[in-house]
Order: sequence, then structure tokens, then C-alpha cells
Amino acid sequence: MSDIERADEAHGQPGSALAKPGGGVPDRFENPGLPPHRHRMGDTDPQAAKRAERQVAFFLLLSILGSIGIIVSIIAIKYDGSFERVSWSTKAIGLSMFLSLFALGVGAVHWAKTLMPDDERIDMRHRQRGTAAERAAAVAILKEGAGEAGLGRRPLIRNTLVGALALFPIPAVFFFRDTGPLPGNDLSTTMWEDGIHLVKDPEGGRIRAADVTLGSVVHVLPEGIEDVEHPLNEKAKSAVLIMRLEQDLLSEKQNEWGVDGTVAYSKICTHMGCPVALYEQQTHHLLCPCHQSTFDLTQDCKVIFGPAKRPLPQLPIAVDDEGYLVATSGFHEAVGPSFWERG
Amino acid sequence: MTRTLTALSARRRHPMAVVVLIALALLLVGGLYAALSPREARATTATASADDIQTGKELFLANCSTCHGLDAQGGPVVDGKNPGPSLIGVGAASVDFQVGTGRMPLAQSGAQAPEVDKIRFSQEQIDQMAAYIASLAPGPAVPTEEQLDTSGVSDEEVARGAAIFRTNCAMCHNSQGKGGALTAGKYAPDLTGTSAKHIYEAMQTGPQSMPVFNDNNISPDDKTAIIAWLTDRGGEDTRPDPGGLTLGSLGPVSEGLVAWIAGIGALIGVSVWLGMKSS
Repeated sequence: MSDIERADEAHGQPGSALAKPGGGVPDRFENPGLPPHRHRMGDTDPQAAKRAERQVAFFLLLSILGSIGIIVSIIAIKYDGSFERVSWSTKAIGLSMFLSLFALGVGAVHWAKTLMPDDERIDMRHRQRGTAAERAAAVAILKEGAGEAGLGRRPLIRNTLVGALALFPIPAVFFFRDTGPLPGNDLSTTMWEDGIHLVKDPEGGRIRAADVTLGSVVHVLPEGIEDVEHPLNEKAKSAVLIMRLEQDLLSEKQNEWGVDGTVAYSKICTHMGCPVALYEQQTHHLLCPCHQSTFDLTQDCKVIFGPAKRPLPQLPIAVDDEGYLVATSGFHEAVGPSFWERG
Repeated sequence: MTRTLTALSARRRHPMAVVVLIALALLLVGGLYAALSPREARATTATASADDIQTGKELFLANCSTCHGLDAQGGPVVDGKNPGPSLIGVGAASVDFQVGTGRMPLAQSGAQAPEVDKIRFSQEQIDQMAAYIASLAPGPAVPTEEQLDTSGVSDEEVARGAAIFRTNCAMCHNSQGKGGALTAGKYAPDLTGTSAKHIYEAMQTGPQSMPVFNDNNISPDDKTAIIAWLTDRGGEDTRPDPGGLTLGSLGPVSEGLVAWIAGIGALIGVSVWLGMKSS
């Protein structure tokens, strides 16, 4: 209690009365001192203190009820697979957890605020800089240590030590590499290649070129995607939209890579990889719902609005002998958002 | 008469009296409801007669030809804008959808034609106009009662319909069919309360910004399944909401609003209380 003292008498006095010779209060600030201490109801009225005690106990009791409620709701509400039970179960457990924790907190805070001692303590600031003698002693210890180690006299040890410390962390690179397979060229390639048929998402089934009428949009996946090792990983890259519009609205390249005005484009936004699936058939705009990047189909899916930087890649398609749409090659560039090694 | 009343009065404390009374009351309420509730309007699917086509043409000339041209070939292009597209080949379904939902005749040009509550034509007149447009060139027909009947759709088919909806429709109409914004003031409307017939016709004809989902893309059975899911298979709840509070199913917009205002508001309230001195 040498530096910390009870502030009982200090209340209501000007701060200069408190300023100590060794304290860190600069002269140019006038210490405002403490405002007059206001006693709480519980400090003066035993009736009020009793009331506050009961209030705290009430909240703690609520918390007890909440904790019991958690156990009861876990035991009493059995999952039977119905949404209704799931709903009741999560609500009951959640609400009783809330009651258990929140009432406990409220009780504790209310206790501290109404009944625990509320008199302020004064703790004076200390000088942080050591005295000149202490500082000199510290420097001397360091110098003595360095001299005894003799690094200046033994360059062999110094140099090998530097080498040892520098090499020590390098093996960690290999450990980090082993934490997961590198993506390889997975980001640049998709399932699409010459001869892969276009099938409908999610129903499946090949698509006849003649069935895609003007103004249509069909959500497409590569045939056989269900059989690959990671269908969802493939779907995230290979999802494609086909749309049919008037052939004279399309460029020569688009017509060459399409079939009678039916063109196939990657559905993966070049900004953050969301599915760009909002097709406005009158304006021929494709809108990404995540950040409103808008691609104009009549300009080879050029970005006309929003944060995307590159157009959506087109997938070259053709018709096979039986009239079904089929890819004639993979995408000519990586689909989806930019990544480090992307050319 | 007196004897009957006395007999009834004597039995009024009989254990079965309550049951009989409740049964009578239920019968009365049910009977009254059946007698007084409004009948569901049924679309006439009778084949169009030459008279209908003629009447439809007159209605078309009086109400639509200003924009769509005297022969429905589309209006004259003014300032690079086409006031009304050609209606040749759009089919009866398109007319029934556009006029039946009040989108046509268009009150004023804007980002897109809004749905209007007040339909200016009777179903008969709409059918006549549809017959006239259908007579110009073949196009999607108004769906049959059978295609709109969702009562026979199994649970599996409802799930399939929901999956197709999520891939093909949800990005514009929201995963719960609550609608959403498109570009430049256009929007995909809320599908709540849209009739099965109009949903079906919209898929077939692709009104305004909406693409066409023809019967080869989404088969008629799958269309019915989507409608069964969207319309809760005519009353029962096929889209249960375990959370209990959908906030309009609008996703991050309304959820964020509640989190920011109610959630952070509560946090601020607690912080203020924590920092307050006890009285």
C-alpha cells in the first residue's frame, strides 16, 4: 500500500493536493482530481443492499435454470428426422444456453456494481527510465558478457554459428510443402476436352442442338462428371452456360466456336469464382450475383460493369453425328478468378 | 313439438351430447364454407373457334396494335428502340402470361413491365387474344390442367423440382423464390402468390429478361415438379423453415440489417449498462 492508497479523503479536493514530489504529473497539467464520491443506495440503506443481494441471487438462479434447461432439452427433444424437432431442439438448447451464460454474467456484474466496494484507489505513475547508475550497470554486464564469450576473438565459431542458425529454419519449407498436395495445373485445366458431351445440370442427359431455342439458356456440365474422383471440385471449374441468340449478334469467332447461334461460356466468374448465371435474354448480359460483374455476350463476354477484369472464356462446341452438342476442345485459357501463376 | 324439446332437454346431460353438438357444429361450418367460399376460376381450354380468333383480333387491334403493329409484326423502330416486339410465334402462353398478370398492355415504358393487380381483360377476352396470336404462327400453348395439377407430385419429384429450381432459377429469383435485382433497374419478381399457370407460362415463353426454358430443357414433368415445390404442392408445406424466422428469405440484406441494428444495438446496450454506475 505504499503507492496505492484509498481515495476516501481525496474526493472533492483539487488534484494539486494529491500531486507528489516523485509523481509523474507534469506541471503544465492541472490535475482535475476526483469528482465527489456518490454513495450507492446499498452503501447507506441496508434494505437496498438486501434487495440487490436478492436480485443477484435471482439472476444466478435463472442461470441455474438455464443450465438445467440445456440438459432437459437435450434429453427431452429427440431427433426423429423431422424439421420440426430440429427446430425445437436448436431453439430450446440455444435459449437455455443463452439464459445460463447471460444470467450468470448479469448476476456477477450486478453484484460487482451494487455490493462490492466501490471506492476508487489512486496509483501514482512511476518514472520508467532507470537511474543513470542502473543504466551504466546494465551496459557493463552486457559488455562483460560479450567479452567473456570472445566472439570477436573466435571468428570460426562466430561464422559457423551464423551458418547454423541460418540453415536451421530451411527444412521447415519441406514440412510445409508436405502438408498438402500442390495444385499442379489443376487451376488451369478443366474436364472439358475434345469429344466430351454437354449434359444438363442437374438432371443429366445430352443436349440436342436443335432443342436449344432462341432465348434459351441451359446450365451444363461435362458428361461423366459424377464418376471423377472429386465431382464438386470439377463442377466448380467446369460449369458452363449455353445460350442461343441471333447469329448476326455474334462475332465470327463466337459463331465458329458455337453452333447456329448457340454459344457455350464458362459459368465461373473471373473475379471471385461465383456462378455467373443471371442471363438477361433481351440485353444479352450475364450478371454475376456476388459483385455485379456484368458480361456482354454480344461482345464475347467482355466485362461491361463490375470488378471482374477478364472476359468469361468461351468453350468451343460442335454437333456430333447424332445431333448432340459436344465440346471440340477444352477451354483455351484458365477459367475462374486470377491466380498467381496464371499466364 | 313440446315432447321433442322435452326429450332433447332431458338428454342434454348425456355423455354423448357434447360429441353430437360438436359434430353438428362442424357440419354446419363446413357446409357453409363449401357453399359460400369462392370457386376457383378455371381456364377455358376449349379449342378456339374462328369467332374467338376474330374477336381476339379486334381486341388486339384496339389494345395492342399501337406498339406491336397491325399484324403483330412488331412496331416501327423509332430512335433505335423497338416499342413492341413481334408477336408472331410467341404463342398463346405468352399472351396469357403477359395480359393475365397485367404486364400488358403496358402503362408506360420503363426498365421492365411490372405485374399489375388490376387485370383489364376477362379470362375469356385473354383467351380470344391468345387464340388470335396462336393462329398467326405456332408457339407455346397455354398449359393444360393436367400439367398444372401438383397434387400427384411425389416427394421425390418435389425434391427434384427444388434441385432444378436451384440451378436454373434461384440465381435470379432467390433460393426461396423471393425475387431479386438484375441490372439497370430490372428485377426478377417475387414468385410468392404467382399462379401455377403463370409460372409454367413464364418458363415456356421467357418473358422480358427471363430466358426460355423449353420442354426439352426442363421437361413438362419437371416444370410441374418445380411448381409443386414453389406453390407448396397446393397448400401443404413443402418448404419447411426450421429456423422459424425467415426475415423475408432475402438473405444477407435483411439478416444483415437485423444483425446490425438488433444485434449490435443489444451489444451497445449491454456495454452502456456495464459502464454505468449503480444508483
